[in-house]
Amino acid sequence: MFIPHTDKERQAMLRTIGKDSIKDLFADIPESKRFPVLDLPEGISEMEAYKQMSMLASANNSCDEMISFLGAGAYHHYIPAAVDLLLLRGDFFTAYTPYQPEISQGTLQAIFEFQSLIANLTGMEVSNASHYDGATAAAETCISSYYHFRKKRANIIISPFIHPHYIETIKTYLQAIKEIEIRIPDISKPVDFKDSIRQLVDKNTALVMVQYPDFLGNILDYSSVSSFVHENGALFATVVYPMALGILKSPADMDADFIIGEGQSLGLPLNFGGPYLGFFTTRRELIRKISGRIVGETEDEDGKRGYVLTLTAREQHIRRGKATSNICTNQGLNALAVSIYLSLLGKKGLKEVAYQCYQKAHYTASQIERINGYKVLNEQDFFNEFVIQCPSDVMEIQNNLLEKGIIAGYNLESDYPTRKNQLLIAATEQNTREDIDFFVNSLREVTIV
Amino acid sequence: MNTPKDFKFNKTDEWVKVDGNSAKIGISDFAQNQLSDIVYIEFNKEAGESVEKGQILSTIESVKAAADVNSPISGMVLEVNESLSDTPEVLNEDPYENGWLYKVEFNNPSELDDLFDAKGYDEFCESRH
Repeated sequence: MFIPHTDKERQAMLRTIGKDSIKDLFADIPESKRFPVLDLPEGISEMEAYKQMSMLASANNSCDEMISFLGAGAYHHYIPAAVDLLLLRGDFFTAYTPYQPEISQGTLQAIFEFQSLIANLTGMEVSNASHYDGATAAAETCISSYYHFRKKRANIIISPFIHPHYIETIKTYLQAIKEIEIRIPDISKPVDFKDSIRQLVDKNTALVMVQYPDFLGNILDYSSVSSFVHENGALFATVVYPMALGILKSPADMDADFIIGEGQSLGLPLNFGGPYLGFFTTRRELIRKISGRIVGETEDEDGKRGYVLTLTAREQHIRRGKATSNICTNQGLNALAVSIYLSLLGKKGLKEVAYQCYQKAHYTASQIERINGYKVLNEQDFFNEFVIQCPSDVMEIQNNLLEKGIIAGYNLESDYPTRKNQLLIAATEQNTREDIDFFVNSLREVTIV
Repeated sequence: MNTPKDFKFNKTDEWVKVDGNSAKIGISDFAQNQLSDIVYIEFNKEAGESVEKGQILSTIESVKAAADVNSPISGMVLEVNESLSDTPEVLNEDPYENGWLYKVEFNNPSELDDLFDAKGYDEFCESRH
């Protein structure tokens, strides 16, 4: 093994930090937990391992053999075969940017194209090179806004109709910054958010964050919220489902300062929940306060086009303890997949997919409403996702449909305790008319009223 | 090294130029040279805000480091040289004239006695080479 430090160097480092031995560095971990004996079987051959893993994998059901109406943040869209074909080329197939990044012009150009595509899709001036996922992008937005106001505004107001996992991630991230207070208005209807923030926003508010369409699928125009937030000197952020921007007006038109979201729907498989990709966009004015890397286009001394990592002084290798975030990485390969996907679809293709999602969800909703005892609860127009009230135990309904090969949406009670027997149903271009009719008929069959 | 005689200097490489009750504050030629190309200046104080000796006035980013500007004196901020936000390179080119960061009305003249004069500062810089 390559060990770069000599004993003498290690002693010098220990002296500097005032420790006697390397063992002292682990003092926080109880002695009994330091070298646990792992209950692992003997090693096996590759062939045996392959068989064993295949057997385990075959116990799973995937969206290839099931009919899925499950969304809630991750969506089953079709990925053209060309995405994988290009993505898996050896030239691109590494997760890392070299330590001298400019040596990899191809990698940097791919990231630059990703940034351009995302900036175009959202209508924003600046996009970074991506984050781990939509939830971390949302958390980084909170941190950026706090530092934008030089820590002088410490309240962050979040709509309860942002993805519940995002809210959890934001809370986890912000634990480390004790001064920040997260406020979530206690409302049961998404439309009431507009009124509730009037009471919550004050001179200490750094950021107000909403989701569009919201977690329950509603398309709300936040223009008035945004202008109220700005009148009070705070920043306004919107989490978006990027596919929806194929047909919906972008929150950039609502004057959003940040548009962030989950990029999975743009060419990444469901993958059991990850790895995904967070995208992060903002206005030029805020660029010094954002985390993550940014690739810029420039010219070399011969006037030839080239790409560089830019504004790196923000990042921790230069700002060190003064950096506002410890994120210095991006989801390179996934960003490339998104770039390929968006390039293949083009403006027209993206619009077509978004249109199909919208239409199929609305057809599904109208059919479900015709079943005795069922009701669609959305009071606003929705994109490809909506909430239904079921007349009987929702888990029983889900289990019965599962036996018919249908994944019947997301049970909202786990996140919103008052929403009993409510399902969040999503449709995408992958749900055929036959799938939808089969789902609706099955729902009718399994419901005992 | 270019060290003007009528300036006073802090141990953390800020300069002070006194003019009546107020003083301009900037960073020394030594500091800008150590930082190399300066690309961004963040101003933490606005005109009208009070400042204590030792408080962070600015953070300066260069292509290789970020450094805090600590206030060498206490008082009230009169002016901020915000034009530097668009032209941070002025800090490299002209640290003692156009590169001033803040103008502060000081309330404790005795704090000035703690600072180096030009000769003392030159010696201090020399000792760090």
